[in-house]
Amino acid sequence: MAKTTTKPVKSSLPSPEDVLQVKLSNGITVLARSNFNSPSVSMGGYLPAGAIFEGKEKLGLADFVASSLMRGTQRRSFDAIYNELESTGASLGFDSGVHNASFGGRALVEDLPLLLKLLAESLQTPTFPKDEIERLRAQLLTGLALRAQDTADMADMLFEKMLYGDHPYSRPSDGTVETIRAITRKDMEKFHRLHFGPRGLVIAIVGGIHPKKAVEAVERALGGWQVPGQMEAPLLPPLKPVRKAMKRHHPIAGKSQSDLVVGVLAPKRKDPDYMAASLGNSVLGQFGMMGRIGDVVRERSGLAYYAYSSLNTGIGPGSWEVIAGVNPSNLKKALGLIENELRRFVKHGVTKDELADSQANYIGRLPLSLESNGGVVSALLNIHRYDLGMDYYQRYEGMIRTVKRADVLEVAQKYIDPDRLVIATSGP
Amino acid sequence: MKNNLTQVMLKNGMKVMLKEIHTAPIISSWIWYRVGSRDESTGKTGISHWTEHMMFKGTKKFPANILDKTISRVGGRWNAATSRDSTRYFETMPADKIDLALRLESDRMRNSIFNEKEVASERTVIVSEREGYENEPMFRLSELMQNAAFRVHSYHHEIIGDMADLRTITRDDLYAHYRTYYVPNNAILTIAGDFDAKTLLKRIKELFESIPKGKVPARLARPEPEQKGEIRLTLEGPGETTFTQIAYHFPNATHPDYFPLQVLDSLLNGANGLSNKTSRLYRALVDGGLTVDASGGGESTMDPYLYRITLTHHPERKPEDALAVLDAEIRKLQEKPVPARDIARAVKQARAVFAYGSENITHQAFWMGYTSIFADYSWYTTYLDKLARVTPRDVQRVAQKYFQHSNRVIGTYLPQGKGV
Repeated sequence: MAKTTTKPVKSSLPSPEDVLQVKLSNGITVLARSNFNSPSVSMGGYLPAGAIFEGKEKLGLADFVASSLMRGTQRRSFDAIYNELESTGASLGFDSGVHNASFGGRALVEDLPLLLKLLAESLQTPTFPKDEIERLRAQLLTGLALRAQDTADMADMLFEKMLYGDHPYSRPSDGTVETIRAITRKDMEKFHRLHFGPRGLVIAIVGGIHPKKAVEAVERALGGWQVPGQMEAPLLPPLKPVRKAMKRHHPIAGKSQSDLVVGVLAPKRKDPDYMAASLGNSVLGQFGMMGRIGDVVRERSGLAYYAYSSLNTGIGPGSWEVIAGVNPSNLKKALGLIENELRRFVKHGVTKDELADSQANYIGRLPLSLESNGGVVSALLNIHRYDLGMDYYQRYEGMIRTVKRADVLEVAQKYIDPDRLVIATSGP
Repeated sequence: MKNNLTQVMLKNGMKVMLKEIHTAPIISSWIWYRVGSRDESTGKTGISHWTEHMMFKGTKKFPANILDKTISRVGGRWNAATSRDSTRYFETMPADKIDLALRLESDRMRNSIFNEKEVASERTVIVSEREGYENEPMFRLSELMQNAAFRVHSYHHEIIGDMADLRTITRDDLYAHYRTYYVPNNAILTIAGDFDAKTLLKRIKELFESIPKGKVPARLARPEPEQKGEIRLTLEGPGETTFTQIAYHFPNATHPDYFPLQVLDSLLNGANGLSNKTSRLYRALVDGGLTVDASGGGESTMDPYLYRITLTHHPERKPEDALAVLDAEIRKLQEKPVPARDIARAVKQARAVFAYGSENITHQAFWMGYTSIFADYSWYTTYLDKLARVTPRDVQRVAQKYFQHSNRVIGTYLPQGKGV
């Protein structure tokens, strides 16, 4: 190998100069960026066909549909689809969230056309074969039976139910045993017909391919797709604020550990409060060994293997949660410690050093989060979904640095009321 | 330097491997100690993993609360893991901050404090970690299978250790373990990323070469006698879902049969890192409606370990029926050589998975060290060639040799809850 005295070429952060963004005539948005150090490509995207469109009696329908798309298309059976993928070492999968159905995959560069062909078939012409649907139903029901035994999942579900009340965000997007049993093939076909279409579909491709070539490949695979009756996403109903402290327990017998979630509502991703809340959350329960929460619950008290906080933000109102898994006899003690930390956080905010540490961490970790093609795909999709601007990473350091201690204190006080916490626990 | 790779043995016996990759301004540094759960005797199970936790509790120079902040402040990522055969620590850092990781690792190779109070607090953290695992039926089943499969070899116990030992291991036990095994001649340092190897090596020598050698005990390795007859066991617990695990004794990673078995694994259960919907067991069991999931795989270990297949049963089907279908699939592999195109497919799959891995610098540094524990790095660099040389006859032969009833343990988790 040649001597490496010359300065090596570095991949820079995504910018308007190196990300190609094209809107196809049918409404599909394509984002593409090349990385010629890689012999492969990553692909990801979403379209507005999430759980928000499903009725209360059909919870899990959007998820069931997304999971069925690759179970058979007009041209190929389930086995034939996966045979094409697995024979080339490629992967493709669909998932469903509250607002969007999403997809992702990767392949060697030469197999990108194959990947896009299978994506296009799955999106446009799924046939929901009866046998496959029943097999999938059994798998989903087993998934729900396992979920019912999982203390972390059940605490989380209970928390969302309490926090969001009758808002659609309170519903479990994988449904319940009753609703999954009740969903018919007809429901699935109808859901697909009304909600799957090119409008609002976003796809990002990153890897060893020229951006223009990537856009052309998407155009070939999906450019002809038209769905005249594709429905608009419904507006989110207003959310009722939490008026009083709530605490509930979901019992699961025979478990050796309990899980807890303590939290409040959080800003949307696009709120101006977001960055201050995010940095505040880093101090509270992320930075280093899981911030102040990790320090108090794990390091100093030895109560838990995991204890941290998490700020979940998206299109609508998010949640700000503290999560821990503890011995059932330590549940009360851990909750007391967490509540104290939240009170301290709301009263005093963060110190100058703490804020500076988290700011440095946010800026320093960028190259790592954008190292892989998949990481860049996620970044591009986020930029698009939340309208952050393709120059987001050019402005990023400045945005982080302008957050002041007073900003963090303000968002802490705005969102966290230690007297109105929502507390959900699950365990024996 | 070959393939961008520099390999050096320091004067104190520490092995150093450096791989230059200039695709991103990132460096990943891993330090590996040749000690894992297999080196633990009864009464001290879990001590390697607990020691790993204590390594985050600080030295004089890098006290606990400074340590994690220093790494996080520069945007680095760090963690550690204990396996059956090794204990490893890594830092992936912005390239210009790698010196911090090297100073930290050279310091904590000798100067970790193991304060009594910290040991007491970490004891309950690790007990809590184990209680979390015990919430999972699959952990409990898998642990029981391992206990049954290894009566003599120290692969008998789980890495986390037995609760009895987690309650009684002392600070002095932990410190003795640390001082015995955390010496340069028992360590491998593997670094990949955006650096100049010559400059970096000079710095590594400054930081590590003065650490004195230690006397390291031989690896604990009491060979497991051949199993003579199928072992069956059951486990009861909460829930509604029945699982079965089938574990076959399998050879170690440097055994000549390892590669034919890798091909066989990818036919039976799918290639590592990809979906497995067209694997033979998925088609027969999940498409066949007997189970809702079927997966399997082995581990690359120093001594012979296990190949495990896990079935999640369909709520309305009998576990014995699934087992009969599994046996029929294995018989097919034993009775007739597989088509050559099936092997070519397995090779192409592995080639793609290797290509994906090459994107990731942390992954590149990991593989240098991981393979050095049980073989050497050429095990990794020649992996695809060795896979490509496997013949249909090889696959048939290893199917006959290892997939015998007398060579397996079958464990079933019987849920005590009501059916769905």
